[in-house]
Amino acid sequence: MPAPVIVAQDLVKRYGEFAAVDGISFEVAPGESFGLLGPNGAGKSTTMRMVGAVSTRTSGDLAILGLDPDTHGPEIRSQLGVVPQADNLDAELRVRENLLVYGRYFGMPGRLVAKRADELLAFAQLEDKGKAKVDSLSGGMKRRLTIARALINDPRVLLLDEPTTGLDPQARHILWDRLFRLKEQGTTLLLTTHYMDEAEQLCDRLVVVDKGAIMAEGTPAELIRRYSSREVLEVRFGSDRNSEVAERFTGVGDRMEVLPDRVLVYSDDGEAELVRITDAGFRPITSLVRRSSLEDVFLRLTGRSLIE
Amino acid sequence: MTDLTQRERARPGAGRRPVRSLYSGNASAVMLRGWRATRSTNWLVVVSGFFEPIFYLLAMGIGLGTLVGDVTTASGQVVPYAAFIAPALLAVAAMNGAIYDSTWNVFFKIRFAKLYEGMLSTSLGPLDVALGEILLALLRGALYAIGFQLVMQVLGLNLSWWALLAVPAVLLIAFGFASLGMAITSYMKSFQQMDWINFVMLPMFLFSATFYPITVYPEWLQRVIEALPLWHGVELVRGLTTGDVGWGLLWHVLYYVVMIALGVVFTTRRLRALFLD
Repeated sequence: MPAPVIVAQDLVKRYGEFAAVDGISFEVAPGESFGLLGPNGAGKSTTMRMVGAVSTRTSGDLAILGLDPDTHGPEIRSQLGVVPQADNLDAELRVRENLLVYGRYFGMPGRLVAKRADELLAFAQLEDKGKAKVDSLSGGMKRRLTIARALINDPRVLLLDEPTTGLDPQARHILWDRLFRLKEQGTTLLLTTHYMDEAEQLCDRLVVVDKGAIMAEGTPAELIRRYSSREVLEVRFGSDRNSEVAERFTGVGDRMEVLPDRVLVYSDDGEAELVRITDAGFRPITSLVRRSSLEDVFLRLTGRSLIE
Repeated sequence: MTDLTQRERARPGAGRRPVRSLYSGNASAVMLRGWRATRSTNWLVVVSGFFEPIFYLLAMGIGLGTLVGDVTTASGQVVPYAAFIAPALLAVAAMNGAIYDSTWNVFFKIRFAKLYEGMLSTSLGPLDVALGEILLALLRGALYAIGFQLVMQVLGLNLSWWALLAVPAVLLIAFGFASLGMAITSYMKSFQQMDWINFVMLPMFLFSATFYPITVYPEWLQRVIEALPLWHGVELVRGLTTGDVGWGLLWHVLYYVVMIALGVVFTTRRLRALFLD
């Protein structure tokens, strides 16, 4: 097996008394797409900043491309592409200029940067926008430009912090398509997200993070198999009655989660459970059978929803 | 897509020296960015700063000067009033240009545009960013000052060939103010704090022996003025344009060298603390 590009061992970041990251360990192989899934405040962004060599760890070991960020920050940063959570495009420059200038920050020669800038504009589907002002771009276009910018130095690892947060569904799909292409080309991706569908789409392997610690690790399918049933039945009885009704369910499903707005019944056969419930005389207002998702894994592991 | 060779991909740090994580030898990329950004901003704002000291020169030097007549400088030389205040306004022009770019513009970039955050996630180190931004601010100060000195030449206010040395002197002054300005700005957290800078700048401009010799003040106040940077700039430039040159001018040069060094060191440290925690 080739040497991992990222190795984190008992990584800790403390701000005063508060441990934002509290002993995280993981490895990312070259060409792999690795995700950190967790709610806001789980310590994902802090982990990304440490991997990006812009934040020093409090304790633990960290090696990026075999180098220690404490001593080789610039060397590591020169081989990373960073897409931060909040866009920090240069609004005083035009779209293409953003790429040109960013390439120069890496000390790349002007002609090479110009060539790559044009290729990346095409990749980001922004060929017509080269001379546009950054502020005139839509949210999705800005994100794509930020990704193009992060690729200007042909990075060995691309770090994406919440790449589609705040985008509308169409813009998200365009972005996922672009990221999927990168993945196919063999770019190593490390991404954080609190969207389970994003994690399922893009991640070969992921860790579920909560309160600065890892709750579980595996491929999306593995995690679902290990921590959830094949199917989930969602039934609603109205906000006041959900928990009251659920208490009276007996012998229904493998497991139940009672949420304020609905009851989740975990089972290998959701339809059969629904029949059992209606046969017992319960009349849900709505019912839905679906496949288990990472959302259910997270709920099982933490007792909370990903998006609160 | 074009694949980069290892050499193209990464320009390694400046060798095995302790500063290598601070400096990648690429401050010019930061200047290039600033130049491109200035090109696309409002030139009227840039140009307006140039005219401010010229208006003062016309109003005070030519206008008020007819009432004042000649002035005796601190060293006992007698010069026309306009020739007395022109070098002071030249130093002010350098200061203003340098301060515009290194205070409000830098404040916005740190607090709102997240510009340095982006820069520091590349191979650039905090010293690259500090030097690049300071040198750019210096250029603006130099531009104002050189324009102003041409005006002085036309009006016959350069009294000596030593005035040629006023150009590098003005670069030094601009460098000093840009460096200190950015260092102070990097510690500012709010607009209210930024206003303190204006609060210091105006009295410094008015009272640093700009419009009359420092000897009008009581002894203790003279010492206070002499501690401030603008006074050193005014004395240095005035010595050169009026031809009143002595070894004493080197003290003023030294003052600015120290100011530049302190500014660069504190800016670099602060940028590292802010963006590479």
